[in-house]
Amino acid sequence: MIFMDFLIAFVVGGIICLIGQLIMDFGKLTPGHTLSILVVSGSILSGLGLYQPLIDLAGAGATIPITSFGHSLTQGAFAEAEKHGWVGVLTGMFEVTSSGISAAIVFGFIAAFIFKPKGKVN
Amino acid sequence: MVIVFQTKPSILANGAVAGPLEKKSVFYSYFDSIVEDERWNQKTNEQGHSKMILEACEIVMKKADIKNTDVDYFLSGDLVNQMTPTNFAARDLAIPFIGLFSACATSISSIIVASLLTELGASQLSVAGASSQHNAIERQFRYPNYYGGQKPATAQWTVTAAGYALVGKHNPEYPSVVAATIGKVVDYGDTNPFHMGGAMAPAAFETITTHLKQRNQKFHDYDLIMTGDLGKIGLQILKTMFVQSGIKQDELQLLRDAGAEFYGEDQAFLAGASGAGCSAAVYYSYIIQQLKTGRFKRVLLCATGSLLSPLSFQQGESIPCTAHAIELTME
Repeated sequence: MIFMDFLIAFVVGGIICLIGQLIMDFGKLTPGHTLSILVVSGSILSGLGLYQPLIDLAGAGATIPITSFGHSLTQGAFAEAEKHGWVGVLTGMFEVTSSGISAAIVFGFIAAFIFKPKGKVN
Repeated sequence: MVIVFQTKPSILANGAVAGPLEKKSVFYSYFDSIVEDERWNQKTNEQGHSKMILEACEIVMKKADIKNTDVDYFLSGDLVNQMTPTNFAARDLAIPFIGLFSACATSISSIIVASLLTELGASQLSVAGASSQHNAIERQFRYPNYYGGQKPATAQWTVTAAGYALVGKHNPEYPSVVAATIGKVVDYGDTNPFHMGGAMAPAAFETITTHLKQRNQKFHDYDLIMTGDLGKIGLQILKTMFVQSGIKQDELQLLRDAGAEFYGEDQAFLAGASGAGCSAAVYYSYIIQQLKTGRFKRVLLCATGSLLSPLSFQQGESIPCTAHAIELTME
């Protein structure tokens, strides 16, 4: 049933975001620290084979949060390592994630080019 | 630590300007000018910051019907590294200038120095005050403006405003500076830069207590005791400290905070306003006006400042704070 898919995606994605919010509220950490913790956590879970089942269960609920970036880094490293050995660990990390990084650069550039940053005015 | 001024220098003119968001301020109607563009139609926030200082000083001089050449000293500071907005404004003002840094307490420390120069006879007229511009200060102390980092409920909103006063020889028609207290640097070991009010409250407590004790005064000797930018939470902490030291509840009603009141109850501004411009704009508009109309006869203004840098808190240092106070009277 499609409604259950939505619900599970919402709950799983929401829990990941809740963890991030709690780290910021109670850990006295900056947004930068929080982001790094979530990426590293996703990467470790992926290495232990625990993140893919979460994606199978929750779909976008697990792929949209930043933890999935850590998952991609690990999976890329594994995939390339199988083909090219140890060098593949280094090249593979960005093999899978390059689209995400490139998109951030390109869209960041376009936004900076078109818009003038402004403060809050009302 | 308390200085008693024998000649009672007077505040002969005052001026406050603010940015567009400050229309939401409960003190809005007391400001001399509001600019629709937060950058004051300049290219950068820092240039706008400088322009705002110039405009506030020009308003002060215009009200007193004097020119920059009639002013002996310009005493001021802001929160940007090396205080370039104030330095650049001083370049354009072409008045002998000393930059002062007491963080957000510069609104008061500048008046203390101006009053001392006046008492000494070295100054006939001095322009003193402080300012802050939201975007420039956020960038300086926190994150890039377009980063959009979340802030906890204890954080405060840096005000875009400048407040300046013209300090000269005693004139009974104007509010006079009768005494001042230069505060110690107080550090209770607080390390959270998003909870400045809590870090600064002990400094305000120390300075106000010292002033009252050495002047042999009580809360009731004043119509108002106003701190600078403790915010809603910092003010509560200060009140708690006074209660523990034996101050009664009815006396505490005399204690107010410019930062806690600045934006009213609007939750978007979290724990309230902060910045050197917050206390300066409130003191040198609303407070002076209330003294002139006779609603207040004696007030104690105690501006607080947190003396941290982005580097010092990243290195895990605690936040040392200070508070300076002046006692103003109207005859």
